[in-house]
Amino acid sequence: MNDPADCAALHIRVPSAGGASSHILKESLMATETHVEELEHIEELDAIIAAGQGTAGALIPVLQKTQQLYGYLPQTALRRIAETLKIPFSEVAGVVTFYSYFTTVPRGEHTARVCLGTACYVRGGKEVLRGLEEKLAISPGDTTEDRHFSLEIGRCFGACGLAPVVMVDDVVHQRVNPNYINELLVQYAVRDDADETEEPS
Amino acid sequence: MHNITIDGMELQVPSGTSVLDAARRAGVHIPTLCNLEGYPAQGACRVCVVEAEGARNLVASCATPVREGMVISTNSKRVRAARKTVTQLLLSEHDADCQYCERAEDCELKELAHTFGVRELPFSGEKPPSKLDVTTPALFRDPARCIKCRRCITACNDIQAVGALFPQYRGYQTQMAPAFASDMAEVACVQCGQCAAVCPTAAITEMSHIERVLGALDDPEKHVVVQTAPAIRAALGECFGMEPGTLVTGEMTTALRKLGFDAVFDTNFTADLTIVEEGTELLMRLKAVLQEGKEAKLPQFTSCSPGWIKFAEHFFPEYLDHISSCKSPQQMFGALAKTYYADKMGLDPKNVVVVSIMPCTAKKFEAQRPEMSDSGLTDVDYVLTTRELGLLIKMFGFDLTKLDSGEMDAPLGISSGAADIFANTGGVMEAALRTVYEIVTGRVLPMENLHVKEIAGLKGVKEASIVLENVVPDWSFLEGVEVRVAVAHGLGNATRLMERIRSGEAQYHFVEIMTCPGGCIGGGGQPRFTDNSIRERRIAAIYAEDEGKQLRTSHTNPAVQQLYEEFLGAPLGEKSHHLLHTHYEARGR
Repeated sequence: MNDPADCAALHIRVPSAGGASSHILKESLMATETHVEELEHIEELDAIIAAGQGTAGALIPVLQKTQQLYGYLPQTALRRIAETLKIPFSEVAGVVTFYSYFTTVPRGEHTARVCLGTACYVRGGKEVLRGLEEKLAISPGDTTEDRHFSLEIGRCFGACGLAPVVMVDDVVHQRVNPNYINELLVQYAVRDDADETEEPS
Repeated sequence: MHNITIDGMELQVPSGTSVLDAARRAGVHIPTLCNLEGYPAQGACRVCVVEAEGARNLVASCATPVREGMVISTNSKRVRAARKTVTQLLLSEHDADCQYCERAEDCELKELAHTFGVRELPFSGEKPPSKLDVTTPALFRDPARCIKCRRCITACNDIQAVGALFPQYRGYQTQMAPAFASDMAEVACVQCGQCAAVCPTAAITEMSHIERVLGALDDPEKHVVVQTAPAIRAALGECFGMEPGTLVTGEMTTALRKLGFDAVFDTNFTADLTIVEEGTELLMRLKAVLQEGKEAKLPQFTSCSPGWIKFAEHFFPEYLDHISSCKSPQQMFGALAKTYYADKMGLDPKNVVVVSIMPCTAKKFEAQRPEMSDSGLTDVDYVLTTRELGLLIKMFGFDLTKLDSGEMDAPLGISSGAADIFANTGGVMEAALRTVYEIVTGRVLPMENLHVKEIAGLKGVKEASIVLENVVPDWSFLEGVEVRVAVAHGLGNATRLMERIRSGEAQYHFVEIMTCPGGCIGGGGQPRFTDNSIRERRIAAIYAEDEGKQLRTSHTNPAVQQLYEEFLGAPLGEKSHHLLHTHYEARGR
């Protein structure tokens, strides 16, 4: 029974390499395999969860505080949250994967979120994103090897009049010029090893 | 009460009623792909839109409560056009090939597209992620065919309290899936298939065993026997357009014989055997506690429903000692077919193939549990759902409605009415009470038609008690004892009952739990779509089958008695222990 060959009778689709699904595959692999290490700060975590126990709608605040504690949401912490709050793990994961704010992979010291909401999009958000991708040499969702910077795409920070905007940690940078990305990054001590000649004075 | 008008009809409906429900009550059909009777509106599919006078936009009737003086049009030009467009938009994200699809026969989306005259697709766009999940024995999941209606989420969380599925990610990336879109084998899924029972498309459905069964039937070396669960006879007719609740026991038997099975048997036979073993086990537990002052785990829980077993292994591991060690009737049958029956017929057990017809997807999981091989071989080889049997009969060109009535083969095809009612919630308990009461008192269960009314029907959790009086000398310690029993169906109801038992708030001697709403007649492998009115009709059919039989109690089944004389010895004896009983393992969440 359950011979995989049996699936031949089904109409099988092979997931294409890259594209939309690869991001999900990668993240689910990361979530299920990488972060099963012993959890630090267990007492702080338990205090965060305990504060939410018995309160309807506690999940999101608990997740926010947990992410502040670890810098990301480790799998073991999510399991502990699900068990203690008596919420199915699938639901916890559903909330974590729904909000772009939450991340299950370790982030860099700083996180840049490039807004690609409508106003920012039409006023050059894409070019800003491309500039950051080139300077940091990473793609959205990734972190630099030295764990200094992470890059994310955001969906409207409510600052459309100042478009295009980039939010680094909790500071909103307005009317970002894609040609002056270095000026933005230098404030966060990103050295521009990539190309000295292009750096504006 | 509110006065409203739907399509020109004036109605009075209670406040709080949705427009959809009000229309249904008035006999007006509004299509929906996401609404589930009795559960909160999802408003996800947008197919149920109607025009409300004075409202600027069309409203989703499932999510709109009636208001005083409301004037609704369910069929205006605007409504029809919107439904067609909505259907086209759903199809534009539905990455499927209807001609290869296992739901070709009963796909709700396809039916809707046909009904609303969708003959072309003006939209093309991004398709959802595709990653076929074939990791579990019973179910497979194909997110590419999912229309995100979320019925499976309601089934898995609200009805079954399992919580294996939940919407993951967002936008085009959204999947109705286990945590982080991982495989179902990695999470606490009980394989009940209630997700597949409510899915409007083929995004989740059962793993087919049809090809494997055909392989066995075509192999001249093999002696292929088939067993049919009691719930099949009250539902298979629906696959052939018959009214729900039509009994087709005889026609089904003929069809199975025409398909080429070498012997047509009945899971009912081992249902009777289960009652004898499980009833004896209960009496032994009561004896240990009441007479010998020993410890025994009470309440005893039934063990027939494999979804419940896996659910307990994941979520109530501290109660595994309470569950009857009896294998389910399906597995008892398999173990006996490859020992007792093979011996009797002079067959090499290696050449005996056991096929089950089950209303259930979890039976596919149960059959492949490694411990289910006490005959020395895999006890049950293949499991077909009711739906798969319907397809198989059609493949061979038979029309069930035109077949003569046949009789099942002896000895594994002989059964009592007590076995039939295993199909219904409350049925296993009633069958057990019929036998236990008669053994202990020497008298017939003193209830009208032998039915224990308190535990019949679709109420989620049911209770009954019966006082044992004037007992026979062997069971004198039970004199005056009030036996308390409880019955739950649907794992959400079961969870509520278990929590009351765990807190000590409720105390019972014996508890029946069936995984699916309504019991096996509402199983994950039954013809779609099953609602409460269909459950009630199937239940009525099963009680009629029971009442139509001469034999009404399991222990009086002559074939079961013969089995003990020729082969097993005594209930709970050494051979029974080896072949008919099993153990459970804690599985974690």
